[in-house]
Amino acid sequence: MKKTRAETDFSHRRISRRAALLGGAQLLFIGGLAARMRYLQVDQADQFRLLAEENRINVRLIPPARGEVFDRNGMRLAQNAPSYRIVIVREDAGDVDAVLDRLATIIELAPEELDRTREELRRSPSFLPVTIAEDVSWKDISRVSVNAPALPGVTPEVGLSRIYPQGSDFAHVLGYVGPVSDYDLSKITDPEPVLRIPRFQIGKVGVETKLEPLLRGKAGAKRVEVNAAGRVMRELSRKEGTPGADVQLTVDAKLQGYVQARLASESASAVIMDCDNGDVLACASAPTFDPNLFVRGISVRDYSSLTENKYRPLASKTVQGLYPPGSTFKMITAMAALEAGLIGPDDTVYCPGHLEVSGRRFHCWKRAGHGWVDLQTSLKRSCDVYYYDLAIKVGIEKISDMARRFGLGVKHDVPMSAVAQGLAPNMEWKQQTYGQSWRVGDTVNVSIGQGFMLSSPMQLAVMTARLATGRAVEPRLIKSVDGVEQPPRGGESLGMNENNLRKMRRAMNAVVNDRRGTAYGSRIIEDAMRMAGKTGTSQVRNITAAERRAGVIRNEDLPWERRDHALFVNFAPIDRPKYAVAVVVEHGGGGSKAAAPIARDITLQALYGGPPPLEAYPTKDRERIEAQQQELQRMQPQASFVGRDQA
Amino acid sequence: MSYLEYNVKSAPTGLRKILYLNWPVALLLASVSGAGFLMLYSVAGGSFSPWAEPQMKRFALGFVLMLGVAMVPIWFWRSLAGLGYLMTVALLVGVELFGTVGMGAQRWIDLGFMRLQPSELMKITLVMFLAAYYDWLPAKRTSHPFWVLLPVIAILIPTALVLRQPDLGTSILLLAAGGGLMFLAGVHWAYFAVVLTSAIGLVTAVFRSRGTSWQLIQDYQFRRIDTFLDPSTDPLGAGYHITQSKIALGSGGWTGRGFMQGTQSRLNFLPEKHTDFIFTTLAEEFGFLGGISLLGLYALIIVFCIWSALTNKDRFSSLLTLGIALNFFLFFAVNMSMVMGLAPVVGVPLPLVSYGGSAMLVLLLAFGLMQSAHVHRLR
Repeated sequence: MKKTRAETDFSHRRISRRAALLGGAQLLFIGGLAARMRYLQVDQADQFRLLAEENRINVRLIPPARGEVFDRNGMRLAQNAPSYRIVIVREDAGDVDAVLDRLATIIELAPEELDRTREELRRSPSFLPVTIAEDVSWKDISRVSVNAPALPGVTPEVGLSRIYPQGSDFAHVLGYVGPVSDYDLSKITDPEPVLRIPRFQIGKVGVETKLEPLLRGKAGAKRVEVNAAGRVMRELSRKEGTPGADVQLTVDAKLQGYVQARLASESASAVIMDCDNGDVLACASAPTFDPNLFVRGISVRDYSSLTENKYRPLASKTVQGLYPPGSTFKMITAMAALEAGLIGPDDTVYCPGHLEVSGRRFHCWKRAGHGWVDLQTSLKRSCDVYYYDLAIKVGIEKISDMARRFGLGVKHDVPMSAVAQGLAPNMEWKQQTYGQSWRVGDTVNVSIGQGFMLSSPMQLAVMTARLATGRAVEPRLIKSVDGVEQPPRGGESLGMNENNLRKMRRAMNAVVNDRRGTAYGSRIIEDAMRMAGKTGTSQVRNITAAERRAGVIRNEDLPWERRDHALFVNFAPIDRPKYAVAVVVEHGGGGSKAAAPIARDITLQALYGGPPPLEAYPTKDRERIEAQQQELQRMQPQASFVGRDQA
Repeated sequence: MSYLEYNVKSAPTGLRKILYLNWPVALLLASVSGAGFLMLYSVAGGSFSPWAEPQMKRFALGFVLMLGVAMVPIWFWRSLAGLGYLMTVALLVGVELFGTVGMGAQRWIDLGFMRLQPSELMKITLVMFLAAYYDWLPAKRTSHPFWVLLPVIAILIPTALVLRQPDLGTSILLLAAGGGLMFLAGVHWAYFAVVLTSAIGLVTAVFRSRGTSWQLIQDYQFRRIDTFLDPSTDPLGAGYHITQSKIALGSGGWTGRGFMQGTQSRLNFLPEKHTDFIFTTLAEEFGFLGGISLLGLYALIIVFCIWSALTNKDRFSSLLTLGIALNFFLFFAVNMSMVMGLAPVVGVPLPLVSYGGSAMLVLLLAFGLMQSAHVHRLR
């Protein structure tokens, strides 16, 4: 097709027009891109820079070392020991299955552990270490190290794990740690990030949990640069955390070990306390268990054997166990009467073996009765009728009030789990709890520590310490934190008449050291060490009138859980009281037989700071005591932790 | 206009042609490619392999190819326009039948020494064909319905073939370039108005078809559009690309974080950092100043091309030059809009900078044609 000059010019003009138009549009668009670029890169630069940093920088927590726990002499009760585990990194291992198979021939691995490892390896990025086995023995670690060339990607790693070198001795005081559970997290609002570190251990029970904030410390942090896949490229900065505070307890590991061994497998508990400052020197509950089992993750079998044991090894009986104090309460009834001025110096009460109160007959433990008894005789021989009579005169309010002043029915501030408040009942309490009015019979029951009255061995020890000193001694378990001595609390005067207190102490002296005292068999004959105390036998069942007529069934003939609780409280030495002790043997029968000997042994052990000489015991007991001491020494293992190979 | 009608005297001959090349455009292309080498070196962590070195070799090959094409008179190339178009369409059909599946789409034919993407070639041959068509068509018939229908079919055939691969990005570019050329050739306004209206209608229809049995585009394409409209809805999934890309751009600031200091790309937060998203690395490391400089280079290339077209009285030459410039513009405009979060992620590389063999060769080939038109221009 031939084109004229004019045609060419015409089309060229049109092209030029449209080209200018389109070109203009293009340049406009480029201008728009430039504006957008300016908006993103200049106006919003700060925000995006921040986002880029957030992308790139990852904060990793460095778990703090948990504070250690020592006894009053600096012996370790809880420490951090290296725990070894074996990990594998997929990208370094190459043929993972072959490496795992080879590893299984070198050390013992459970098939399910291997399966779990394979599964985890499949799911996680190839550069992340996956744990094959935890808590591996040193022997296995050495084997793996020696065979390292044959095991590419497999490395032993070391971490810190909690160990209780005293084993089961402090299970109830210290408690134990364990990995943070979902349940733990759900209880805390806004949990610290450190709790989310896998396998991080926190206190679960006892001192470990009560002092968690002190022991845990503050996590450190390292800032690392990561790539999009999450692999750490380099460490940018590091801030070390603060390790948890070391805590020193007031307990004496040697004494605790002795007490634990002395209680043996009875369902019993004992507290020994310094009368002056309230230091708890030993606080043992038997039977006990090995807290190390819980740290490592207890097997279902072990756990159910603990929970199904009728002696309740997991219960911390010293603070958690509540018992009717029985006759050990008589000092309180007596003090209430003395302070109210209701007992004259020569007042006596006739005990015919029972007392009729508003149509009900209350029996004395001695069927034939004690005849005419005064204060000292009544306590010495544990006459019940005397206290029935006193209680009716004093009234429950004064008795309940006196109990609280001596630390019964009061929750003491001890950093252990499940510390019970106990109960020192009064009229108002019964009205509120049962909607019934208080009866005189209730007062009569309380007067000898039965009925509604409930207290823990710890409270009984506090009561005894207060009787011995006349001061409001408070139990103290924490001696120092990071070397800073914790001041004892309480200790101010109870404001009681010193003459009255002296009368009580004399009576308690008679209980142990008078030939007719209920605890005469458990006296100490070394003069400087003599102790004063009170037996208690608290009933856990009702004795029917029919049974009483036929003759009360003896404890030995009853099933274990219906037998009486045996109790004993004492302080020693009498002249300058140093230690207060409370012992409760659950369903142990009579306090004088089951509890008093234990209390005496503990007292002597504490007074002598080790095994006491046989001369401290009455002559006819020495042979038996010697055998017992040897037996205990054999049973009490040398305080060391068994069950782990150390490097 | 036939060969004889050229003012032959004004056309240079022999090696003198080299002097008549559009040197500003050639130098601009070289600088843009240079920026590309720099960035490929950087994203490889300071290494010429695996990207910078092959890219440089291909550029050298392409640049020589461009000069070679430029030496050949434009009227020779014009005579090949129809054949080229038909052959490329045949290649597209070939991809449909024998193509290798790469990145979830059938896009290339393996020639042994290189993988040929016919859809890339199609951008050039389509423009050539349309330019030749309007050169041949008398100006008064330009807006005649029949003579409008023919180029529309010529555009729609390859577009449909590319869409089937499926490659939405390239098919939109083809459509836009073809339409642009028809607009430049002087087709009446009314046609464009009608097409634009029906395009809006079509987009509505596409969105309406979602989830029904007659769904018009793939699910992944829908998702891309979704995440483009609101990247924050899916920050770790499909929206990840756009979000990370904007973070990289934005964190560059005025002057950037320095060469090889871009954390977003170095730590792999950027997707496809050596291909479609290479601009974000440049913007992160050289900041707003770096980004605007590259944009400026691109703009200058467009300006020089338009100027060359306007000063060329040969209709084929100027249409071809404008078409190539438009293609080039669409290329980088779509890519940049994409990385700046102004357009959905459609998979269009940044011309001459992104790593990629056939795209670079085809582009330099196209600029060879533009140079040829410039050298043999009708004054």
